[in-house]
Amino acid sequence: MKMNMIDFFEALFQYEFLQKALFTSVMVGVICGIVGCFIILRGMSLMGDAISHAVLPGVAISYMLGISFFFGAVITGVLTAIGIGYVSQNSRIKHDMAIGIMFTSMFAVGIVIITFMKSSADLYHILFGNVLAVRMSDMWITVGIGVLVIGLVTLFYKELLVSTFDPTMAESYGLPNKWIHYALMVVLTMVTVASLQTVGIVLVVAMLITPAATAYLLTNRLSVMIYFAALFGIIASVFGLYFSFIYNLASGATIVLVSAFMFAMAFFFSPSQGLVWKALKARRNRAELMR
Amino acid sequence: MEHALEIERLFVSYLGNQVVKDITFSVKKGSLVGIIGPNGAGKSTLMKATLNLISKDKGDIKIFGEPLKKWKKNIAYVPQRSDIDWDFPITVIDVVLLGTYPKLGLFKRPTKSDREWAQECLKTVGMENFSGRQIGELSGGQQQRVFLARALAQKAELFFLDEPFVGIDVASEETIINILRDLKKEGKTILVVHHDLSKAESYFDHLLLLNQHMIHYGASEEVLQPEVITKAYANQFSFLQPKGVNVTS
Repeated sequence: MKMNMIDFFEALFQYEFLQKALFTSVMVGVICGIVGCFIILRGMSLMGDAISHAVLPGVAISYMLGISFFFGAVITGVLTAIGIGYVSQNSRIKHDMAIGIMFTSMFAVGIVIITFMKSSADLYHILFGNVLAVRMSDMWITVGIGVLVIGLVTLFYKELLVSTFDPTMAESYGLPNKWIHYALMVVLTMVTVASLQTVGIVLVVAMLITPAATAYLLTNRLSVMIYFAALFGIIASVFGLYFSFIYNLASGATIVLVSAFMFAMAFFFSPSQGLVWKALKARRNRAELMR
Repeated sequence: MEHALEIERLFVSYLGNQVVKDITFSVKKGSLVGIIGPNGAGKSTLMKATLNLISKDKGDIKIFGEPLKKWKKNIAYVPQRSDIDWDFPITVIDVVLLGTYPKLGLFKRPTKSDREWAQECLKTVGMENFSGRQIGELSGGQQQRVFLARALAQKAELFFLDEPFVGIDVASEETIINILRDLKKEGKTILVVHHDLSKAESYFDHLLLLNQHMIHYGASEEVLQPEVITKAYANQFSFLQPKGVNVTS
């Protein structure tokens, strides 16, 4: 382990690709953590899953046309969000059903398009990420998205808080809930694009939900939750990348596993919510009564 | 005396069914009005449509003679308890602080004096010692008092409360109704969706009795006459008819 650590740091100083990989993963960890807080508190975890998968056709088409992933992904992501809303509002189809139908269809379209490209290596990288192949341009897109996300959340923190906690009050004093929702969907597609290279489409949702959910178990304040989620995102990225490099594993999978491990720790040992403390307390109370 | 709220020929549909039909009434500034009626009478729907939270089919709503838009920030709304996620990571004081948001405007954060004002509002509802608690840790009555404090923090002219007395303890109910009476004395206008007929007369000076259509609107003692009430609740007593009891006459 100690030897590996030294190897990792040596490699980090030596290889530029590893520096880029680490920087991008950390950035992705931060923005996924921040956006994830709002996603889980608005009860949109499933929506996050849907949107992240639904960018696939957009990414594939952008790839074919040789333009940045960014545009195609945002367009298909937002179209899917609108489609889900349209189907569930205009029929007896419930929201979760609409999500299931729309995102799998979009995902399937994406796979068909990629099959035409006749390159399964590309498909593999888009689906599962390939952090060690991060290019300079990808890194800058990630930085841009990161700055945008942090800027938006800082500027509109107040509005995001009200419309998430009490949408009825927000609406009653004139906040445009619907636009906030769609703005969040756009941000979600951007975050997905930023995460393509580090964790890949399939596992983006883990980076959105797991660090935020871990933070949710540890605090009673949204502002603190956001910082915690970003921190857990960073830890997952750094250690995930480390394990990926040392044991030659897929980076997306190792990053997600590290954040899942942190969640498990919080689930059992969180001072206020942890199962272990709750069980111990219940046991003590019972013992007290037995006497 | 000027009218705080005027509603004319309001029709509202909810999930495709028309549940509020042809409602016309006006509320004078400084009155405390209860909206009563059986389940499914459209009480909450009427309140939400008045605030434009759900769209109306037809009708005209005026606040102090002007369109609702102009007054939005001066209306405080207390939602039904069931509409709130009580696990949300937010403390009591931060909930009350939300009341200051409407008048802060974009990009501005609450200042120290806003915080002090929020704390003062908490004191008014007797919850000042709970400011650091997560809202889910409170009892139903305490939660309702915190939401009333939030409404107070908004320094509004009109107050809309949707079923504030459901599932709360007697002491909290007492506190809340006393605060509403004080607001009335300050010249504020308050509308409350309510379903407990027994206390309606002592709580409100005017009552709007509703069963999709408007049954009656007037002074409380006038509305709470048996022959008026049975008009709204008649179909709930229909099981008595085979036994020869006729309540609609």
